[in-house]
Amino acid sequence: MEPITAFSSRVVPLPIDNIDTDQVIPARFLKTTDKTGLGKDLFHDWRYDVFGNPKPDFILNQGRAAGAAVLVAGDNFGCGSSREHAPWALLGFGFRAVVSTSFADIFRNNCLKNGLLPVAVDAATHAELMSLDPAAEVRVDLASQTLRLPGGREATFPIDSFSKHCLLSGVDQLGYLAEKIPAVEAYEQGHPARVQTGGGDKPG
Amino acid sequence: MSASRPRTLFEKIWEGHVVAEEAGCPVVLYIDLHLVHEVTSPQAFQGLRERGLKVRRPSQTLATMDHSIPTTNQTLPIVDPIAAKQVEQLRINCREFGVPLYDLSSARQGIVHVIGPELGLTQPGLTLVCGDSHTSTHGALGALAFGIGTTEVEHVLATQCLLQTRPQTFEVRVDGSLRPGVTAKDIILAFIARVGVAGGTGHVLEYTGSAIRALPVEGRMTVCNMSIEGGARAGLIAPDDTTFQYLAGRPCVPQGPAWDAAVAAWRELPTDAGASYDKSITIDAAGLEPMITYGTNPGMGIPISGAVPSPDAVGDPVQRATLAKALQYMGLEPGKPLAGHPIDVVFIGSCTNSRISDLRLAAGLLKGRKVNPRLRVLVVPGSQQVRKQAEAEGLPEIFRAAGCDWREPGCSMCIAMNGDELKPGQYCVSTSNRNFEGRQGKGGRTFLASPLTAAASAVTGVVTDVRTLLQ
Repeated sequence: MEPITAFSSRVVPLPIDNIDTDQVIPARFLKTTDKTGLGKDLFHDWRYDVFGNPKPDFILNQGRAAGAAVLVAGDNFGCGSSREHAPWALLGFGFRAVVSTSFADIFRNNCLKNGLLPVAVDAATHAELMSLDPAAEVRVDLASQTLRLPGGREATFPIDSFSKHCLLSGVDQLGYLAEKIPAVEAYEQGHPARVQTGGGDKPG
Repeated sequence: MSASRPRTLFEKIWEGHVVAEEAGCPVVLYIDLHLVHEVTSPQAFQGLRERGLKVRRPSQTLATMDHSIPTTNQTLPIVDPIAAKQVEQLRINCREFGVPLYDLSSARQGIVHVIGPELGLTQPGLTLVCGDSHTSTHGALGALAFGIGTTEVEHVLATQCLLQTRPQTFEVRVDGSLRPGVTAKDIILAFIARVGVAGGTGHVLEYTGSAIRALPVEGRMTVCNMSIEGGARAGLIAPDDTTFQYLAGRPCVPQGPAWDAAVAAWRELPTDAGASYDKSITIDAAGLEPMITYGTNPGMGIPISGAVPSPDAVGDPVQRATLAKALQYMGLEPGKPLAGHPIDVVFIGSCTNSRISDLRLAAGLLKGRKVNPRLRVLVVPGSQQVRKQAEAEGLPEIFRAAGCDWREPGCSMCIAMNGDELKPGQYCVSTSNRNFEGRQGKGGRTFLASPLTAAASAVTGVVTDVRTLLQ
């Protein structure tokens, strides 16, 4: 994973609360066995008409979305399904951060594992972002955990120090877990398997 | 910390599974059981392959296929080439990494959250994960069970552990007796309608109270299943004699003296007197009616006698726009009741309501009745074992005689990945868990309800208060 650095971008406002991951990427696109190629189907059913043509009134099809890396959505973004295809699709489109007043737990975890920044801000900052001039840019800086608005005001956002470290240095969290294998072995010594799945019908 | 400090059920399980804990880092949490299905696992296995890693504990891992599979004749090849490839990839991955698999031909295949408990794999005190948000279902037996993303699936496959931040606890106390026609599904829909779809974010729910104690284990699964729809990754119910009776004799539970020892240990799990939760809520079971959703998230629910709310009554502009968008999608008018609204399809199935007790409830109502001939009514058992049991009880004959389509096991029209789907604009009363836009098929419109409400609505062809059909 590439280290996350500070960046500036225009924002794409999507002022709807509780946007679920079925909207981010509908289930029929989950039959893929890859992580790539999902960006074109991001928000598919809001973005395209029944003939597959882009709907001009949907924000992702408008000029301000081209090249924008910051999505600003309503409260509790990413609720519902655990599909990691949601952050994969957002990243595939080109987003590097999603701003909301809160995020669903599993979605937030999935973002942090993939280098997509979940930026939770206060209601006033959120309202300001929703009504920005289309050409205005914000600056997102993970190192200082700040989002700088066009007027220069900075809003801070929370992130756990472990995820922050991993994202800033481009380190995969599995590396940390792998270092703990001796502790896992010690745990397993003291705790025999509580359940056994058996061979299945087609043992490997 | 003192051993005598009163602890919640959650705290006991969590603290018993901490492998390592360092300041500034998440906890390394041991996972006892990892369930795997075809949709959220291929990229995880590919990750292992690219890193040259193995599955650390194949004997604590179990795979099955449920999401992408047809519910028509499962002995035939899958028509959709992309779905067929995904299912075949799971076979390849299980073979290569030695993971036990219940394939389509297996008598133990089924929806992952149905087969775990019915095999006796889901046990009190376990930590259990799956790349599926409805993993919360397994909390009904007192297991700490939650959904994870595909990267985390890879973590568990490789290390049998997860990096986790400790969640907070939230007691959902449901006291009193349910009235006739009101079920476990109505309890959970009422809870979510009250707290909203983010009400449980950051928390593990524990359902307590006399109404929860009175529920059979399958009803408890229905409740825990939809914890995620209230924003909570996990929902727990303390194990009790009902739990132990449910588990006794199932294929994967301890046998003989080991069973007695296990039960003795499980009896230590319930929350201690004096333990506290970070948050709590109380629901009066006797005050509940059959519930139904009107909108496009599971929190948009009302009692069956209620009316669709009006966006004009909502102060916050984004919330108002969200409700207006939902009603526009659903084609509903504010202020009107839902009861009596015409429907096109009824779906009885999903990891929420596809177990034998759900099918018995629906069949009981449909016996000797006909479904409205205008409707398509799909009944999809949750597993091969549920299907076999239903057949032994003659339920398929009841469903068929009523005019329902009796299918083979799978997720089916809950997620509409397999061709079982609504057509644009169709209305469906569904026993599943999500009424999101397009969830049951692009443009489809979902009313979530209990199996009883679904069966009653199938008969009348309109959204129906089941109590009007119970004499």
